[in-house]
Amino acid sequence: MHRNTLAESAAALAAGSVSSLELTRHYLARIERFDGRLNSYITVTAEQALEQAREADRRIARGDKAPLLGVPIAHKDIFCTAGVRTSCGSRMLDNFVSPYDATLVERLKKAGAVMLGKTNMDEFAMGSSSETSFYGPVRNPWNLDCVPGGSSGGSAAAVAAGLCAAATGTDTGGSIRQPAALAGLTGLKPTYGRISRYGMIAFASSLDHGGSLTRTAEDAALLLGAMAGLDERDSTSLDEPVPDYAAEIAKPLGAVTIGVPESFFDDGLDADNAAAVRSSLAELEKLGAKLKTVELPNIHLSVPTYYVVAPAEASSNLARFDGIRFGHRTSEPVADLNDFYMRNRGEGFGEEVQRRILTGTYVLSSGYYDAYYIKAQKARRLISRDYAEAFAQVDFIAGPTTPTPAFRLGQKTADPVAMYLNDIYTIGADLAGLPAISIPCGFVDGLPVGLQLVGPHLAEAPLLRLAHHFQRATDWHARFPAAFD
Amino acid sequence: MSFEVVIGLEIHAQLATESKIFSGAATRYGAAPNSQASLVDLGYPGVLPVLNEGVVDMAIRFGLATHCQVARRSVFARKNYFYPDLPKGYQISQYELPIVHSGHIDIVLDDGSVRRVGITRAHLEEDAGKSLHEDFQGLSGIDLNRAGTPLLEIVSQPDLRSAREAGTYMRSIHTLVRYLGICDGNMQEGSFRCDANVSVRRQGEAKLGTRAEIKNLNSFRFVEKAIESETRRQIELIEDGGRVVQETRLYDADRDETRPMRSKEEANDYRYFPDPDLLPVVITDERIARVEAAMPELPQARRQRFIERYALGPYDADILASSRALADYYDALVAATKAKPKSAANWVIGELTAALNRENREIESSPVAPAALGALLDRIEDGTISGKIAKEIFEALWRGEGPVERIIRERGLEQISDAASIDALVQKVIDANAGQVEQYRSGKVQVLGFLVGQVMKASQGKANPKQVNEALKRLLG
Repeated sequence: MHRNTLAESAAALAAGSVSSLELTRHYLARIERFDGRLNSYITVTAEQALEQAREADRRIARGDKAPLLGVPIAHKDIFCTAGVRTSCGSRMLDNFVSPYDATLVERLKKAGAVMLGKTNMDEFAMGSSSETSFYGPVRNPWNLDCVPGGSSGGSAAAVAAGLCAAATGTDTGGSIRQPAALAGLTGLKPTYGRISRYGMIAFASSLDHGGSLTRTAEDAALLLGAMAGLDERDSTSLDEPVPDYAAEIAKPLGAVTIGVPESFFDDGLDADNAAAVRSSLAELEKLGAKLKTVELPNIHLSVPTYYVVAPAEASSNLARFDGIRFGHRTSEPVADLNDFYMRNRGEGFGEEVQRRILTGTYVLSSGYYDAYYIKAQKARRLISRDYAEAFAQVDFIAGPTTPTPAFRLGQKTADPVAMYLNDIYTIGADLAGLPAISIPCGFVDGLPVGLQLVGPHLAEAPLLRLAHHFQRATDWHARFPAAFD
Repeated sequence: MSFEVVIGLEIHAQLATESKIFSGAATRYGAAPNSQASLVDLGYPGVLPVLNEGVVDMAIRFGLATHCQVARRSVFARKNYFYPDLPKGYQISQYELPIVHSGHIDIVLDDGSVRRVGITRAHLEEDAGKSLHEDFQGLSGIDLNRAGTPLLEIVSQPDLRSAREAGTYMRSIHTLVRYLGICDGNMQEGSFRCDANVSVRRQGEAKLGTRAEIKNLNSFRFVEKAIESETRRQIELIEDGGRVVQETRLYDADRDETRPMRSKEEANDYRYFPDPDLLPVVITDERIARVEAAMPELPQARRQRFIERYALGPYDADILASSRALADYYDALVAATKAKPKSAANWVIGELTAALNRENREIESSPVAPAALGALLDRIEDGTISGKIAKEIFEALWRGEGPVERIIRERGLEQISDAASIDALVQKVIDANAGQVEQYRSGKVQVLGFLVGQVMKASQGKANPKQVNEALKRLLG
């Protein structure tokens, strides 16, 4: 059952060939059995999940046709869930029980999904390996010595190992697509504003995207249909109609042109990774796509741009964690208000979070603001313009998701810049707010490799269609890590 | 060597919305601590601000009334600093691009001259909460009811040249925002307060002196007194060879002095940047036109109209135009009566205001409506009652004892104006005051006043005084 896709499980539930209670019990048993090795969950909400499953079964019996009715999924622990601890992977929020549901959580609940628990992640989504979590590192089901990527590494590991049917994630610089690539999954980050940010604990507001980690593009289409759409509680959410993605992806591919930025295939890209991506591009050609070389002249600015904008916003977004109204509060005696703040925040935040708050505070300071923040905003506009110009010629842009397959735990923790460079291919789509997806396209030494496809604004349906057609022609996405079968 | 004082004010006007600027929580004053703070006001993880569109129209209204440019695109920015009553660790305000800017207001000084005061900008922002340092056994309490209350911060140019002018400017803005219906102006509750930037320079010098900012002044009197005291301090300092330092000060009304604030904000770098949670505020010409069409007549225009159309003096016009409610009452009264606008003004400024003050009521809740007062004035006008009786009827009206006509009828208060009754009254007085009659007839005409008084007394004030006069002269021959 755990090797089934979300779509297959949903169909089996609707047909009555399995009950939500059975399926939920199955996943809970697997979490119990396997998660000690992976550490993919921070909180497992077993009782609540069983209750939701029973309710889903009652709804199915009544003939309710909600699209995700009874399917067990997991939420990244960055999404607020009413009555359940929402830690964001941080000691700061270890004691925080959210009084409300994030919009995304609320919508998936309404669509009938059962929540198994909250998945592990880099602290406040700051990281590319899921090693900065207060709850310890997550391991990659394909090789337990390797990281699953991050920051949505818990979601990636849980889906890849069959500890849930699908999971939600967030992507600020690549935090959905990079772990999807490293764990052999389909990771979708839709257009900025397509999914409400309400209840998603903010890292960098102008870059934060909600999305999903699934086995297939079809699963991503099902989830997106339930999550997307205007939310009046998020001023940046888009007031655009939500298509029937499941119907859209089944349509013929038609004539599509795929742009390939040749600059992505340079020395920074692992040769085996490059070969896997090249052969998947050839596969796309076989499906009728035309390949065309495109230039993104300013894309090399994306990592430095990101590491100004994201920390700047984070330094302000994380100011609310002061230990006064919620969150970690020191048990040490304090001298004065300043000391109180410093102890609460010094104890509550880990090293990487502190590094980014300091960086962000610095780039916003008077005297540095123009040189860093304003300049980064200009670079961001240039990068967005590059994409817009490319999309005047092509329908999609394809390339590698990551420079290498999964790396070993601890390999990059001492070198923040090496860690940051993991997101070199993914950050551009976040800066430009464009929809992007990573899909499995091969293996190197038993580790999955991801192909990234980027589309123009609101092109989720064509993007998912292209990924779906690729997955119908290939089986990389259908492989399962043997140790967890 | 004489000094000139240069003053600019930053006025914080709380916008009169039902709910907060970025959340649906209520803005009522005086609720139990933290009972009007939503998750957004509390700065909970994951929550987002959503702009209350009502504040945009209010800011536009203020901008139009002060001849400001209304920005077609303005931006909310975050002002970052840590304080326990600032839940998010930043205040959402406007920084580089305020919603309205570059306007002015004309104020009337004590000598009747008009001074134009520049308005640099007015921007939207949210208020912080309150820290309560008493009554918590050595701990501080935080009340976040006020957090997220919408404010319009109105920044003047340093165009004011005395404490009195600053007070007049502040009063003019106070009158204006209440006219516009965008602020209740309640200063006790902190709905209208200001910071004053004060500097001095030697007469004739072009360069501005170093300024001190006096924070949180919440009455007109304190603004004037604080500026006077700060001006004295700065002049004395300079004359003693010292230098003014740029700092934030607080006014201590008990000691009538300003002193430096031990400030949470001192040497703070606020690290302003555009708030990525909020879209820029885009204002269309259509929206401005819609707001403009709904603008009330402004205080200056109304004052002018009272002078020109109703032939009032500047003193009466000033008083009647000083609040929109009072001016509305007066306009309604003039429309409801045949009496002259001047006598209507006298009644509003005299009897009505005295009664309101006596019972500490606002004009909006006057028990005597303009129509009722108008009916009363009509009866004076047509001679049914005398002015003296009218005051008695006004009191009855105030107590809710019925419409004017009924009060007059039931109490028999009609003026006596038929010639026969008056002649009879006059004859009685002539008969009873032989000595005075003799004096009059021998040429001491001022005795007539005494005799008129006697007739009025005999008629319990109801006799028509003009007719009594005539009858006396006639019968005394």
